[in-house]
Amino acid sequence: MTKMPVTRRSFIKITALAGGGMVVAVNMDDLFAQGRAGGPGGPGGPQAMAFVKFTPDGKVTIIGKNPEVGQGVKTELPMIIAEELDVDWSSVVVEQADADQARYGQQLAAGSFTTPQNYTPMRQIGAAVRQTILAAAAARWSVPATELTTASGKVMHAASKRSATYGELGAEAAKMPVPALNTVPLKDPKDFKIIGKPTRGVDTPAVVTGKPIFSIDFTLPGMLHAVYQKAPVFGAKVASANLDEIKKMSGVKDAFVLEGGTDLTALLPGVAIVADSWYQANQARKQLKVTWADHPTKAQSTVGFQTKADELGKAALATPQGAPPQGATGWRKDGDVAAALAQPGVKTVEANYMYPFIPHAPLEPQNCAAQLKDGKLELWAPTQMPGPALGVAAGAAGVQQNAIVLHIMKTGGGFGRRLTNDFVAEAAAIAKQMSPTPIKLLWTREDDMTHEFYRPAGYHYMRGGVDAKGKLIAWRNHHVTFGPPSGPQRYAGFSNINGSTEFPARFVQNYEFGDSIVGSLGVPVGALRAPGSNAFSFVFQSFLDELAHAAGRDPMEFKLDVLANPAYPAPQGGAGFNAERMIGVMKLVAEKSGWGKKLPKGTAMGVAFQFSHQGYFAEVAQVTVDSQKRIKVDKVWVAGDIGSQVINPTHAENLVQGGVVDGISHMFQEITIVDGAAVQTNFNQNPLIRMSQAPPVEAHWVKSNNPPTGLGEPSLPPVLPAVANAIFAATGTRVRSMPLTKHGFRWA
Amino acid sequence: MPFTLTVNGKATTVDVPGDMPLLWVLRDVLNLKGTKFGCGIAQCGACTVHMSGRAVRSCQTPVSKVGNAAITTIEGLSENGTHALQRAWQELDVPQCGYCQSGQIMSAAALLATTPKPTDAQIDTAMNGNLCRCGTYVRIRAAIKLAANGPVRETQTASARGAAE
Repeated sequence: MTKMPVTRRSFIKITALAGGGMVVAVNMDDLFAQGRAGGPGGPGGPQAMAFVKFTPDGKVTIIGKNPEVGQGVKTELPMIIAEELDVDWSSVVVEQADADQARYGQQLAAGSFTTPQNYTPMRQIGAAVRQTILAAAAARWSVPATELTTASGKVMHAASKRSATYGELGAEAAKMPVPALNTVPLKDPKDFKIIGKPTRGVDTPAVVTGKPIFSIDFTLPGMLHAVYQKAPVFGAKVASANLDEIKKMSGVKDAFVLEGGTDLTALLPGVAIVADSWYQANQARKQLKVTWADHPTKAQSTVGFQTKADELGKAALATPQGAPPQGATGWRKDGDVAAALAQPGVKTVEANYMYPFIPHAPLEPQNCAAQLKDGKLELWAPTQMPGPALGVAAGAAGVQQNAIVLHIMKTGGGFGRRLTNDFVAEAAAIAKQMSPTPIKLLWTREDDMTHEFYRPAGYHYMRGGVDAKGKLIAWRNHHVTFGPPSGPQRYAGFSNINGSTEFPARFVQNYEFGDSIVGSLGVPVGALRAPGSNAFSFVFQSFLDELAHAAGRDPMEFKLDVLANPAYPAPQGGAGFNAERMIGVMKLVAEKSGWGKKLPKGTAMGVAFQFSHQGYFAEVAQVTVDSQKRIKVDKVWVAGDIGSQVINPTHAENLVQGGVVDGISHMFQEITIVDGAAVQTNFNQNPLIRMSQAPPVEAHWVKSNNPPTGLGEPSLPPVLPAVANAIFAATGTRVRSMPLTKHGFRWA
Repeated sequence: MPFTLTVNGKATTVDVPGDMPLLWVLRDVLNLKGTKFGCGIAQCGACTVHMSGRAVRSCQTPVSKVGNAAITTIEGLSENGTHALQRAWQELDVPQCGYCQSGQIMSAAALLATTPKPTDAQIDTAMNGNLCRCGTYVRIRAAIKLAANGPVRETQTASARGAAE
């Protein structure tokens, strides 16, 4: 076999520290080719940066390169490096990286990408450093490297009873050739001492003692504080404002209009008030009177969207699915749904489903500190997407991106809200006006809930059928969403979901999947944790349940049967849906939940599964509903398959429990749009789930022989249909839209 | 106007408007950032502190209403984070993003001070004012029980317990 010559631009460089120890700089150029503009060797060229540092006190400092939003990545990625380095986890100190994708590769907290993108590269970095240190020890003692072992950050030569710490070997390691990262041998997973072991989050001690570690806690000497008032109708311009009156108020340093643009994800028009303290700025805001200019989307409303969707959906179902409209993607047509449903003995089920706009509502309100001084913009931002933040900040402050330093701050939750950097743009624009004084922008909860990037509402017109033997033979979905086809719904992560791949595509002989567009949307929408799946799973897994009941079959048995009998082969070479893995988690969750056992009247189980963000999850919810329609989710059982390795089992369990609790919370939320603006402003109007409502959640794993994948998202989607299916089993009421309160249900 | 507050056992005088919420006095005047801002209308509990030992929402507590009441914040709950709840929170590795957790711990501490062995229903009542957006309620409950009763033996916390190692 001949190897293709490849330019290998990833390398590590070791520099000795005076007084013992060493710094390992890593260039990750082609380790992360995907995350780079221009791919390997793209603009910026190879730049090595300090990544691991061994100090004489025996500590190992490792950079956490991606934003931490609660998903545990600040602990997880350093664990992977420490494993291959063969150092003790107790000797590791983690430092957060700044935004610098030229050096770190892709830095984002999104799409459950971190684990699949970083698992192997982080191992390679750790292993290459360890091997270089081994070579240094071998040279020092004139022994073959094969006679050396490592443990706890030390190299040992058993035969001669010699040992040295990694730090002590720094000066020699710095002179050794370093192995190529892509060929360095990695540990056998059975020898892992850190990966796969429950490991406490590196920030937990600071969290429980109230240390000022969050973005909102950050201050600078001489910093002023800002609030920013935008129009209720998204993007409306300021016609006039009583700025002179505001400027006279206690503590106010300045008040001004920012022109803003029309891009809902960047700087929008508004009024900034800057004061000595945030309290003063916000008090002054209570006296602010703004007249907003007319805006073309001010007539949009939830009721209007629903009416239009019903027209489009019913019209679509009136005829067989035709060819996709211009620009539409993801349509699919297998067989002939209408002909299949016309056969004798076939039971047809028709149902309309709907899910509303809902917010992300991370608990830490949006904030950002900024200072524009001597042409340089410095930002302290709680962002999930630092790269694009540089772009919107540059535009808002009128500087080049290379004049910006962005510090990635610890965030109080993300859930996708902080993928959009509108608040960073606002802080940058205010800092420009106040230059060179540093400022900090802080939103109120009302700012946040009324200027969200909501999970878009969606409308599904479903038709399906089972034959006389109870087999699923036809499935049609017409999805009504917002346009244009390449626009908002795609932006909100719904492009992850389409008819060519979404189950039961491929698993039913006659299948149609199409969509229609309500029209251009004036409401900002964005990716919410498990985008696409968090909405579709409710619809598809509920409708599958309806068909199981129509067939008179047990839903678990029916769904396993559909999974086991694909009607069409899997596409060649794709890393798509693997039914065997889903069958594995379905069987495990059936066993763990005791599916089929006798339950008291008013109590029942529901099951659902979802392939989301490369994770396979099956969930059973047990729900009790009393005669007053009061709901209690008694318990949820989860079986997940995220590959061969669960890197940090304690945080993995926490994320699964949180994803399930979050998903149940979705079922009680809605943001309604009236006159082009969001109606709900705070948690009293859009309630989140609370302690008494959150069920126990049992998490179980299938460790399959597949590369490890992420866990920020995939546990969430199937719990919604699992709960809805359980409500049906307990009460006979089929829930086809949310929030559940619309149907008279409330929490017990 | 000047107010003399007793915060974490220390008397301190602040010169602020009487209607300024205690939350902002703590955070921005006294630089005690552990108490968090989440909603501003006493719906989320992130701003929970103790006033004379009772859990209150500091975002809805004007500084003029504090009077002589002793205020305790997360920073003053214990020396070096050794309160039984802070230890339990670490042992079970409760936090995800962590933003709500100081408020959660303060609510739980007020509960345990009057109800050393709370039932599930008592935990629900005491903790329902504290939102956790990450949904760590399962572990919060387990950590309260761990602090109250010593080691728990439930499958749900089996993997979490190892986190203390």
